Amino acid sequence: MSNSPGLADAPSFSGCFHCGLPVPDGAHYPIQFESETRQACCRGCQAVAQTIIDSGQGAYYTHRTALPATPQQTEAELAQLGLYDLPEIQESFVRVEAENVREAALILENIVCAACIWLNERHIAQLPGVLSVDINYATRRARVRWDNSRIQLSAILKAVSDIGYIAHPFDPGRSDDIHRRERNTAIKRLAIAGLGMMQVMMYALPTYTATDMTDDIRLLMSWASLILTIPVVGYSAWPFFIGAWRDFRRRMLGMDVPVALGIGTAFVASVYSTFSGEGEVYYDSVTMFVFLLLTGRFLEMNARRRASAAVEELVKLIPAATTRLPNWPARDEEQVPVARLAVGDHVLVRPGETLPADGEVVEGDSAVSEAMLTGESLPVSKSVHAKVVGGSLNQASPLVVRVEKLGADTRLASIVRLLDRAQSEKPRIGQLADRAAAWFVGLLLVITFFVGLAWHFIDPSRTLWIVVSILVVTCPCALGLATPAALTTGTGRLTRLGLLTTRGHALETLARATDLVFDKTGTLTHGRLSVRRVLPLGGRSAEDVSKIAAALEAGSEHPIARALREAGSGGMTASDIRNTPGRGVEGTIDGHPYRLGSPRYAAAGVTPPESGGDEHPENGHESWVALAQGSETIAWFALADTPRADAPAALVALQKLGVRLHLLSGDAEPAVKAVAEQLGITDWHAGALPEDKLAYVKTLQQQGRIVAMVGDGINDAPVLAGAQVSIAMGEGADVAQAAADMVMLGSRLATLGEGVELARKTQRIIRQNLGWALGYNLIAIPAAALGYVTPWIAGIGMSASSLLVVLNALRLTDFKSSPSPAPTETPQPRPASLTPNA
Amino acid sequence: MDILILLIPLSLVLVGVIAWVMLWAARSGQFDDLEGPGHSVIMDDDSPPTPDDTPKP
Repeated sequence: MSNSPGLADAPSFSGCFHCGLPVPDGAHYPIQFESETRQACCRGCQAVAQTIIDSGQGAYYTHRTALPATPQQTEAELAQLGLYDLPEIQESFVRVEAENVREAALILENIVCAACIWLNERHIAQLPGVLSVDINYATRRARVRWDNSRIQLSAILKAVSDIGYIAHPFDPGRSDDIHRRERNTAIKRLAIAGLGMMQVMMYALPTYTATDMTDDIRLLMSWASLILTIPVVGYSAWPFFIGAWRDFRRRMLGMDVPVALGIGTAFVASVYSTFSGEGEVYYDSVTMFVFLLLTGRFLEMNARRRASAAVEELVKLIPAATTRLPNWPARDEEQVPVARLAVGDHVLVRPGETLPADGEVVEGDSAVSEAMLTGESLPVSKSVHAKVVGGSLNQASPLVVRVEKLGADTRLASIVRLLDRAQSEKPRIGQLADRAAAWFVGLLLVITFFVGLAWHFIDPSRTLWIVVSILVVTCPCALGLATPAALTTGTGRLTRLGLLTTRGHALETLARATDLVFDKTGTLTHGRLSVRRVLPLGGRSAEDVSKIAAALEAGSEHPIARALREAGSGGMTASDIRNTPGRGVEGTIDGHPYRLGSPRYAAAGVTPPESGGDEHPENGHESWVALAQGSETIAWFALADTPRADAPAALVALQKLGVRLHLLSGDAEPAVKAVAEQLGITDWHAGALPEDKLAYVKTLQQQGRIVAMVGDGINDAPVLAGAQVSIAMGEGADVAQAAADMVMLGSRLATLGEGVELARKTQRIIRQNLGWALGYNLIAIPAAALGYVTPWIAGIGMSASSLLVVLNALRLTDFKSSPSPAPTETPQPRPASLTPNA
Repeated sequence: MDILILLIPLSLVLVGVIAWVMLWAARSGQFDDLEGPGHSVIMDDDSPPTPDDTPKP
């Protein structure tokens, strides 16, 4: 299996002390180890080795059984790692959990396959003091938790660089840079492979077609092809060899093993043939194969990038710099990096700018778009005292905001953390596919061996090509990609719809959910009071009394006051307003004294009208507010929580999907009944205690139903945990504390139906992908074994099968709910002059 | 056929030059954004739109 050129003799410890590669002549990079001087091959190795020894981990060198890759970080970069331990630097990306427990997100460079993830996870997890580590392939981000009293972040970063990868604490600017560099390298490899392929084909074609070619010309052509193939194999195909070698060293079977074996075998055989002048040369197949594979990988890389864009977009919402008003309300401005802001600072956010942190508006009146955070497309109006969320976009006029939460404490940061957690927790189906892929490769190698043996007896001249074809045509890549590709795109799309997946299994379970249980009346209602009925007395119009009430309540932030203000807008102003907390308010309008408040305060001795009569739905939670002019009661206002306007449509959509709806509530029966009947929910239970709710869920589960629970996520943790999948309404609650598997970011109930639909579609796509990958291999392997597939056809087949899987998953990106069209996203801006012709 | 002895090495040199150009292009960021420049050419608005420029049926 050690066909990878240049690496065959690596496990000997004769070369560079650190990485084992030969030490170049004249290089002098000494390392002191156990009172001996050893030589390293380069400055990078020297720095890394010295760091490890100096930090007391020199035993690594005596105990290691395999050699690391040559480190690529420079000395200066390594020295900078120490900076990451400073609390002020850590603030933006490290979350403090308990006294010493820290959690951070890291970006990993050089990750090429699932095996790299595995290697890094293992390596980091075994460091003393590291509590847990999860790595996400799609975003190449790791989530590390560690005990700060036992290990420092810089030590973890160094440990990663020890094994030839590079870890950066996450910082949006870096991610772009990494992506750019990886993409650039990929393009260079692709370009070399493409040029090599074209030119080698140019030499190969005449040798296939010409009849009168002399041997010396033929030889010249093979030599020219060889010269062109060397960079293709040595540079363009290098990642495959590295990947295979890594797998081999870790005694794992990854997807690169058969590919590297295929390329290596074909190339070595061709070189042998060129030198000896016997047999065939297959440079054209080798170069074409490398080119096709690289094309596949390149497209896959771009697709992955696109799929993880949702998360990246969230992170990038926070701007890098902002305008601080150090002496607010004075207007002197200064530009500061967001990292240098402190709680209590005042920042000026101009229209078109993004809010740098969570805070409260202290000056200005504007509309703010929270679309990226909540999926809510309409801007929300914000005035003084309103809370604003970092990452939302100021649209109308300047706002001065007092910073309340920064960096890792912000709502945005907690959302991103939840998302990362969800994507790094591999769902069961994903783990299964990983294991299956490893077995598959093992089995494949065995089959290849026996097929090769058989052909050796049948027709020795074809053995090599059939072996290469089998190695190449099979595609564990498609198998390994089938699930993660679909899950990543599905989760990304779901996030944009406003449903945040915080645990890996959630999407899978939601797809199978048969019952949706609403844990609270509050999940279906506005959760705040509004005026349900106005009963004017003494011949006054409802409009007039509402206006009077609104004027009296103009200055109050009480929920009742807000409801009354919304009911009767503008037109009047009250003077001499006096507020009696807990009872009501009095004031004067046009010379008349008014009192507004509880019946006892405003309408002493008059009993409120008994709940509304038959023409109004009964609601036990109505509260009555009286309005009196002098001593005469002139109106009654009935206030109650009302179902959300979008609730009926959303529930109908859910029922159409075949989901049974239940409403469990701790509220009194009339209130629950009213809501349930208005919304057409037949299974409802009022006055339910948390135990009752849990018992209800358990009963449903015993009947074989799969229960999705919708609650507010905080105080009903046991019930939420009891359901197979739980969805928390994120509005108002701190999403970071949510015990739920999913968090609804906006207040659009329609999101639920879309979520279920999307989850089902994701599930369907995973099945299609797995089916396709398996079916493809079942056909391709026998065909190759019987000699019907040439290596270059095999290359196309393999790339195409991976690509198909990824493209199939990408269909989820454009998911639109079928019954009610989701708000259309603005398409790419197009020049007007193009549209008439289009 | 003898001309091939000259042409084949020449083609190798040519491929080398093209490869060098490609690598240079990648290094200097020519491939960084494959969509943006395409749009920016069309959306260039340094000449004000003229009213009679609308397409006629």
